[in-house]
Amino acid sequence: MMDTALLYDRLQFAVTATFHYLFPQLTMGLALLLVYLRSRDLLSDGDHFHHVATFWTRIFALSFAFGVVTGIPLQFQFGTNWARFSEFAGGIVGQTLAMEGVFAFFLESSFLGLLLFGASRVSRGILWLATVLLFVGAWLSGYFILATNAWMQHPVAYRVTPDGRLTVESLMGLLTNPWLHWQFAHNMTAAVATGAFVMAAVCALYLLSGRHRAHAETCLRTAVPAGALASVLLITPTGHESARQVFEFQPVKGAAFEGLFRTERGADLLLIGQPNMETMTIDNPLVVPSALSLLVYNDLYAKVKGLDAFPRQDWPDHIALLYYAYHIMAGLGTLLLAVMGSALIRLWRGTLFTARRLLWLLMLSAPLPYLATTAGWMTAELGRQPWLVYGLYRTEEGLSPLVHSGNALFTLLGFLGIYLALGLLFVLLLVETLRHGPTEPDVARGD
Amino acid sequence: METLWYALLTCVFIAYVVLDGYDFGVGILSPFVARNETERLRLRTAIGPVWTGNEVWLIAGSALLFLAFPKAFAAGFSGFYLALMIMLWLLMGRGLAFELREHGEHELWRGFWDGIFFLANLLLAFVAGLLVGNLLRGVPLEADGYFFLAWWTDFRPGAQPGLLDWFTLLTGATMVALLTLHGGSFLTMKTRGALQARTEKAVQSTLLMLTPLLLALVVAVPFVQPFFGRHYKAAPIGSVLPLLAAVALLSRRLTPVRRRPVVGFAASSLLVAALLAAAAWGTFPNLLIATTDQTHSLTSMTAAAERTGLEAGLWWVPAGLALVIVYQVWIHRLFSEPANSDASSLTPP
Ligand code: HDD
Ligand code: HEM
Ligand code: HEM
Repeated sequence: MMDTALLYDRLQFAVTATFHYLFPQLTMGLALLLVYLRSRDLLSDGDHFHHVATFWTRIFALSFAFGVVTGIPLQFQFGTNWARFSEFAGGIVGQTLAMEGVFAFFLESSFLGLLLFGASRVSRGILWLATVLLFVGAWLSGYFILATNAWMQHPVAYRVTPDGRLTVESLMGLLTNPWLHWQFAHNMTAAVATGAFVMAAVCALYLLSGRHRAHAETCLRTAVPAGALASVLLITPTGHESARQVFEFQPVKGAAFEGLFRTERGADLLLIGQPNMETMTIDNPLVVPSALSLLVYNDLYAKVKGLDAFPRQDWPDHIALLYYAYHIMAGLGTLLLAVMGSALIRLWRGTLFTARRLLWLLMLSAPLPYLATTAGWMTAELGRQPWLVYGLYRTEEGLSPLVHSGNALFTLLGFLGIYLALGLLFVLLLVETLRHGPTEPDVARGD
Repeated sequence: METLWYALLTCVFIAYVVLDGYDFGVGILSPFVARNETERLRLRTAIGPVWTGNEVWLIAGSALLFLAFPKAFAAGFSGFYLALMIMLWLLMGRGLAFELREHGEHELWRGFWDGIFFLANLLLAFVAGLLVGNLLRGVPLEADGYFFLAWWTDFRPGAQPGLLDWFTLLTGATMVALLTLHGGSFLTMKTRGALQARTEKAVQSTLLMLTPLLLALVVAVPFVQPFFGRHYKAAPIGSVLPLLAAVALLSRRLTPVRRRPVVGFAASSLLVAALLAAAAWGTFPNLLIATTDQTHSLTSMTAAAERTGLEAGLWWVPAGLALVIVYQVWIHRLFSEPANSDASSLTPP
């Protein structure tokens, strides 16, 4: 039985982190596409790319605003709700979080202000530069926060002090954590996928409704290749290597998310099936024989450790949820590739802009990368349980000693209420921005 | 080393209050000085390009506190749980009100967000003052170095106080007045004509309120926190800080703002900075003073991270912050001329 303060604190972190991440994944992805659009603007005559970039900067700014306001609570929560953990690991986590603030957030926030309010006073060159700096800031944010998370997944470069806390041995070691390489690659590729799918969906909408044609064609030409490339990279190498790395460093997590209850030689890869926690078996399994052994160890007959190889108290506590989260991510990965792959082929052949059924599909696919990303984070974070810092520090040790469950519940409810309103507001404003649409050259208001 | 970090953090938090403080002040003043839509837009463009960048000083400051004094970060943030959560929600309200207002054209929509913007800024200034008051008065630290503050107990700054008591209410009110003054000084720099005149009038009346509040604090602080007086006696050189504040206050009163608005803003910035520095001087080397038993206090020595971490931080923090200052100054200068009302060219008309 989980004690209630722990339950509320975990739920609050999960809710606020998951909600926060809905926004940065779009901004980080769009940032890359915006750099491309602004570069085209610099290299081309006329205002076409300028208008396209301006429109997407507006959507970027909307998502950014929500990302900023939902990000601050996360950082505060380390102190407010996880005080003992902060005291224990501040010597490490404090370094990377502070780097994020100093090197990334300042850059992003300062130059977005310039882009939004300075568009009419500075040259295109400066706008390009500001966009590049925005991109650098956004991706550095991702890098430093993932360095934090990677360290919690796979602690390196630390030393235990005489009073039982941690301190950093080497900053370089922290920033080049082997776990971080694939996590960063996989996660940022996912962000590009989100950006590309959203851009493609909006332009598909415009084409289907016969508005802003020139704009829509340009951004489909941008988004579809980027999205298709990202979808491939998500599965291989980055997704595949992430999974391999989990089996190497966190074999319990791997066994749990693959639904492998018993250690097997030549383990099968489970495609579909429901884990049955009572009997420790999978109901209605559909498997690819020996594929798991092959994928993880490059060997059809390799032994893969199942959950039974580990003491019960080290198992993640929500195995079924973890299993579904992982399978949802991987399943959606295949779907994303199918959608963007066919769009790319049609784009190549020059028939995409009239392929109404495919445009419909593109438009409706916008939520999929969000689902996959959320499921991916659930895989990573639920699978890390019962550890807060893998192998070092248990989650239940990390709570604030004097913040009792009533207070945690109060703020959890507060966040739920506020985030419900924020979510609705975001959708409302997005729809409003899309309805308003880009400023087309022929109706330009001289901005 | 620990002292260096204490000084660095004090500077970062002062930078936050000086920078975001004028945003709060502009928000508090907005319903009083802006009479129509054009004027409201002018206020928005005055802070629009810079406010997110200003807010990051808070985020960076709290992360640096985490880095350098993890124990104080843990104890302080969990102990001030209720106040900080409210502050978070207010920061969200402030940010969203600013960004979303322009997305709708209806006057009810705009009026709604204007209202949120005003309230959020007012309460933010108040909560900031409340927190400063709590830090000065001290908190009921237990032997393991943790505490938790309810909203209030008996409204007296005794051994088991709450977030609210007469003293912290006083610091809260002072902060509101101070930042209103500061925001007004920023605005007089960014506006011209009738709007500027109205702002300056509001500033002068705020000054009238602020002066007695500050005098009351000068009397109250050593009374509520005896440590404060002792430290000033032991290290009297710090007395230049309150004196500097007095000079700043006086020169703000006397600056002919129409001709020299920049001087007015410099004076109010100096005032804010000097007051906070004076408070920090009085509490040094404590980060959290215990009301229960002085030996429970968390000081820059007892709360600090390991040396290796502090040293590692010194490799990159000063360089990083210097870079930030360079480009933030550049952006402030780019937008240094008075604000016009054409809002942003990116948000829909
Ligand atoms: C569009 C989103 C998306 C898609 C299609 C995929 N992933 Fe993923 N995945 C993520 C988005 C994501 C993520 C949100 O970015 C995660 C969460 C934590 C992280 O760093 O990346 C992640 C984590 C993550 C992890 C957990 C790492 C850990 O435990 O720390 C594994 C094993 C995989 N992925 C593997 C895959 C495989 C094998 C996929 C395809 C077949 C796949 N992912 C598709
Ligand atoms: C660097 C980034 C992150 C850090 C340092 C981090 C840290 C944490 C912490 C401290 C908890 C609470 C303790 C626990 O239950 O383990 C947690 C839980 C959780 N986080 Fe993260 N998190 C990060 C990123 C994210 C993101 C981006 C998401 C979602 C999109 C996410 C999803 C979750 C979920 C779903 C839980 C709940 C796990 C549970 O209740 O068992 N995390 N994480
Ligand atoms: C639990 C962990 C997290 C914490 C403590 C956190 C903290 C924050 C904070 C304080 C902000 C506001 C910064 C500002 O004012 O500019 C922010 C925004 C942002 N965060 Fe997070 N964050 C977390 C998870 C993540 C993850 C996992 C990513 C990406 C990989 C991410 C990427 C960003 C980005 C790109 C922004 C800028 C705003 C935006 O683009 O929407 N964050 N975060």
